[in-house]
Amino acid sequence: MQSFQEIIFKLKQYWADRGAIIQEPYDVEVGAGTMCPETFLRVLGPQPYRVAYVQPSRRPADGRYGDNPNRLYKHSQLQVILKPSPDDIMEQYLASLEAIGIDLRQHDIKFEEDNWESPTLGAWGIGWQVMLDGLEVTQFTYFQQCGGIDLDLVPAELTYGLERLVAFLQVKDSVYDIEWAKGVSYGEIRHREELQYSVYNFEMANIPTLWKLFGLHEGEAARLLAAYDPKSPDKRRFPVLPAYDHVLKCSNLFNTLDSRGAISVTERVGVIQRVRKLAVGVAQAWVDQQEVAA
Amino acid sequence: MSLPFLFEIGVEEIPDWMIPDALENLHVLFEKLEIPHESVTLDATPRRLVLRAEGLPARQADSQERVLGPAKSAPPQAVEGFARKQGVKSEDLTTEATPKGEYYSFIRKVPGRLTKDILAEALPAIILQIYFPKTMYWTGKGGPRFIRPIRWIVAMLGDQIVPFELAGVRSGALTSGHRRLGAREIAVTPTDFEQRLRDHYVILSAEERREKIRNGLAGIRVKSDPALLETLVYLTEYPTPIVGSFDPQFLELPEEVLVTVMRHHQKYFSVEDAQGKLTPQFATVMNIDADPEGFVRRGNERVLRARFNDARFFWETDQKKKLADRLPDLAHVTFQAKLGSYRDKTKRMMALVRELGGKPLAVRAARLSKCDLSTELVKEFTELQGVVGGLYARAQGERPEVWQAIYDHYQPESMEDAIPRHLAGRQVSLADKLDTLRGCFSVGLIPTGSRDPFGLRRAAQGVVRILVEGKIAVPLLDLLEDERQLVAFFEDRVKFYFKDHRGFKYDEVNAAMAAGWSNLVDLEARLMRIRTLRPTPDFEPLAASFKRIRNILIQAGFTGGGAVVESLLEPGPELELHEEFTRIAGQPIESVISKLRPKVDLFFDKVLVNAPDAAVRQNRLTLLHTLLAEFSTMADFSEIVTNS
Repeated sequence: MQSFQEIIFKLKQYWADRGAIIQEPYDVEVGAGTMCPETFLRVLGPQPYRVAYVQPSRRPADGRYGDNPNRLYKHSQLQVILKPSPDDIMEQYLASLEAIGIDLRQHDIKFEEDNWESPTLGAWGIGWQVMLDGLEVTQFTYFQQCGGIDLDLVPAELTYGLERLVAFLQVKDSVYDIEWAKGVSYGEIRHREELQYSVYNFEMANIPTLWKLFGLHEGEAARLLAAYDPKSPDKRRFPVLPAYDHVLKCSNLFNTLDSRGAISVTERVGVIQRVRKLAVGVAQAWVDQQEVAA
Repeated sequence: MSLPFLFEIGVEEIPDWMIPDALENLHVLFEKLEIPHESVTLDATPRRLVLRAEGLPARQADSQERVLGPAKSAPPQAVEGFARKQGVKSEDLTTEATPKGEYYSFIRKVPGRLTKDILAEALPAIILQIYFPKTMYWTGKGGPRFIRPIRWIVAMLGDQIVPFELAGVRSGALTSGHRRLGAREIAVTPTDFEQRLRDHYVILSAEERREKIRNGLAGIRVKSDPALLETLVYLTEYPTPIVGSFDPQFLELPEEVLVTVMRHHQKYFSVEDAQGKLTPQFATVMNIDADPEGFVRRGNERVLRARFNDARFFWETDQKKKLADRLPDLAHVTFQAKLGSYRDKTKRMMALVRELGGKPLAVRAARLSKCDLSTELVKEFTELQGVVGGLYARAQGERPEVWQAIYDHYQPESMEDAIPRHLAGRQVSLADKLDTLRGCFSVGLIPTGSRDPFGLRRAAQGVVRILVEGKIAVPLLDLLEDERQLVAFFEDRVKFYFKDHRGFKYDEVNAAMAAGWSNLVDLEARLMRIRTLRPTPDFEPLAASFKRIRNILIQAGFTGGGAVVESLLEPGPELELHEEFTRIAGQPIESVISKLRPKVDLFFDKVLVNAPDAAVRQNRLTLLHTLLAEFSTMADFSEIVTNS
């Protein structure tokens, strides 16, 4: 049986062999691998890029105190960006499943329409959810827009849901029974985290404090973006990336507040708009900075 | 020479529901080329749109073109010059009389273009003109847009390639087989195309795939689901159904929940026994030829088990809090920013149900109707809103009228969907929809063109159907609170319903509605009467006479008032009409039309309405007005379009 980590090694090796940079996870909390600068910013502009990384993705509202066998507060995505997308991307993707031991002659694969959209990032794409014997194992997206900007080169984004994929391969009914490494279960490594974050997110997170933090991060990102001068000869020095970290903080705080039930449906739209405005500002400044190099 | 044409656009997986329309579109675009052909066949799988035509000419027919030269009177050099330009001698020119005089002319033969050239020129544009609801670009900014990336194109006329390039793809004679069971490149000709694909596990014909699925399911009793079948037909190139099972324990969950999980989330058919009861089985359709080791079946069974476990978890969690206790939670669920929360909406709905004559049980149903919005099950399966509320209400001991009303109150969701089964459900449904409509119109959220984010057309159509088919004779216009745009909106919906859904003729609908449409039950009754009356011999002539009467009254500026003075009536047709009218007034038009019509005809034949004596004239107008008013309560017959 291949362990969780072995499957990750194999997928990383597979994509490294196809020219992808292997990155480590981004060190700011994100809701999805797409939000990391390695995707959100690298897909912008005319430079080709290939990268793969595992990103722990936090969805506070999906936490279940470690009780539910399929739902996690934090799950792992293997994120692959191929910019521009190669013509045989579908074949390459299917071969990656073969590389981790899935005999496609013996299994059923379907590509079902599923377009991806992130209102907070001003980003969307066209694509599919990939169904393997009825289980969604990958989200496949051709990015079209990011930070409200039409993309010069269309990247293919592959997001593998690692826990699901490994549970499938190891024939486990609960993610906690997955073998992470030989003799060590996923539950041993992660269960405590699931429990404690569920308690925090649903019960103990202090709402006024979170709002205050949200405001601070929002203010810092906005302050930086307001100071960005596209005409400055030194603009490449300007800290657009740190500004983006503050945007990511806002996004995670928003998700936590949401899971705490602190955001009404009406407020929701407004807060998403606020984060989106910052994300769009970062994307524009990032693209503008690249133009110096061009 | 007549040639077969093969055209295949090879694409990454197209969303199943877009495929039939795209094919139809491709067909229309091809016909617009006006290339003669004997037959056309269209086929598609998720990865290819295919048009095949038989009997195309190798080239278009030659045609003639008349070229006008110099005038007959022109100097010979000019004539020779013209002839030389056409490649003939002056003697070969003919002359032609034109309005400006006699001219030299020449009939030039224009050779027909090669069909291959016409196709090569037209096909790239045809591909890009196929309409899809949402398109993408993939070759880079400003590149061509299509539903998904185009990966290969086959274009052949006879054994020759129709050469062109689109999005970096050159047309050729190579198709592609099934992603996993077939070869990636397969040489084809128009004649062996379908068979070659079949050899590589692609069944080109949707009808054949449909049959393959049906046959594969023949041994088991699957719940009929034509829409799901179509989805699966266009989601696969080589469909093979298999049957799996699940733990019978899950059958304790409501059937609605189980079916929704299978149908909407997993695209499985559910299986039932001879009595129509769910059995612990499901059927799924693979896009592969076989599952000898049972991997696919077991994989699907595990996914379904996880999904059912989730559903059971939600079902049990939700039961811990009664629906009635969830009412305060609705204050935190926004209905619409300007229209408040679902708690506010619930209060308005309760008032509306009372206004509609609802009994206390109906009011209770309205009170609980939105409480399921805070349940985990509805958050997970939003399409089950209402149904879940009804199921919880039943489990919590609410009376059948109450839980069924909650269960049904989103119905009808389409023109085909049933209306709520009982009066209470109808009243709650009406209250829900009317509140949404009134609210949205009052804050300016009015549908425009195809934009109707709140589904107001469907809501209004639902109101119309419930009122008519549920025989609820309430004054609709009063419920619309005189909101001008909303009344106009409903007028359209009522017309649409009776015309397009019920098949009444447009002039009948106009005529009946002109006599009032606030009470839709009454409107329907009047329309049925018109439908019966219309084929009778007296109807159309009488309708024509009513139109004439209305025109006379309009011209005279006569608006009614007063009674007919019998002493002023002229003996003969006028008096006879009056006497006949007095006899039949108050009776339904059906029983008197044959008596009335000859009197009216005779009156118009013999009597001059516009009499010189003002008092006589006034009296005649009064007679006509009274007559028109009497029979216009059913319909304004002057709206009927007659042949005369």
